[in-house]
Amino acid sequence: MHEMAIAQGILDIVLKTAVEHNATKVTGIKLLIGEMTRVQPESLTFGFAALSMGSIAEGATIEIKSIPLIGQCNHCNQQFTVERYCFLCPECNSASVSVISGRELAVDYLEVE
Amino acid sequence: MQIKVMTNILDQNDQIANEINKRLSEKGIFVVNLLGSPGCGKTSLLEKTIVGLKAELSMAVIEGDLFTAKDAERIERHGVPVVQINTSGGCHLDANMVSSVLNGLDLDHLDLIVIENVGNLVCPAEFNIGEDVKVTVLSITEGEDKPLKYPTIFKLASVIILNKVDLLPYTNFDMQSAITDITNINPDTVLVQASCQTEAGLSEWYTWLKEQVRMKKIRGI
Repeated sequence: MHEMAIAQGILDIVLKTAVEHNATKVTGIKLLIGEMTRVQPESLTFGFAALSMGSIAEGATIEIKSIPLIGQCNHCNQQFTVERYCFLCPECNSASVSVISGRELAVDYLEVE
Repeated sequence: MQIKVMTNILDQNDQIANEINKRLSEKGIFVVNLLGSPGCGKTSLLEKTIVGLKAELSMAVIEGDLFTAKDAERIERHGVPVVQINTSGGCHLDANMVSSVLNGLDLDHLDLIVIENVGNLVCPAEFNIGEDVKVTVLSITEGEDKPLKYPTIFKLASVIILNKVDLLPYTNFDMQSAITDITNINPDTVLVQASCQTEAGLSEWYTWLKEQVRMKKIRGI
């Protein structure tokens, strides 16, 4: 539902970066999207296409790298893939777990002319 | 040509959110972002909280809805300063919206600001709006499966209020399942079983809130 707000955020970063590097056309955008954000790629791509019409980013191909949800136990340092949003350490059952990946919402790089 | 960017998409929002939190922290104000579905009882909980605590705490409310000032009108009747943000279709509050209404409040004489977010279990979780804590309300009638379906808003909550427990006899809400799922998603959260009708659990919520306000005044951050 909030893919439009995220698409606007992406467009702002893309246009700012393109201007800073004197690019005349943005042809590709690589995004890092964490699994826990639940962003829908189709909605995001659709939203971006709509917002970027008429800009130098119009028509840019969006590539999304999905980042898995990984936790690290603060007690035994075990890293684990978080399954079914269970944030208990599978090794020692500690409830003290940090999320080390899976919440990313980032523009990684652009392809420009 | 490839240009490395590595920029967080919500950086701009987060920057404004941090500025809001800094500004309010300098005044020693504790800020709650109140979240939950439409109809889960956020405004009712807020009304009860005002009545329960206004003798001890100076409070203000920022209301967020797509349209109408209905919630702000309810809060206003309790004699508490309130401002209404209408997103006109936007499904969540963002930091810019909150920043734009802060000057409508007398920040020099407040202990607590509660920002009641747009009713939505999805989008508001992703947008920091300058709060110290997120508090998520889930009502019994929504079903015990919601935490696993909408994990982020439960993962990030410092307090999760299971509201409308007076309706338990009339539903097949599986309390044990809800508690297990919530504990797995967010082991550190404070879980309160509450009812705005019977006032069950509310004193536990008030005690937690007063303690946070007290500690905020001491540490200022």
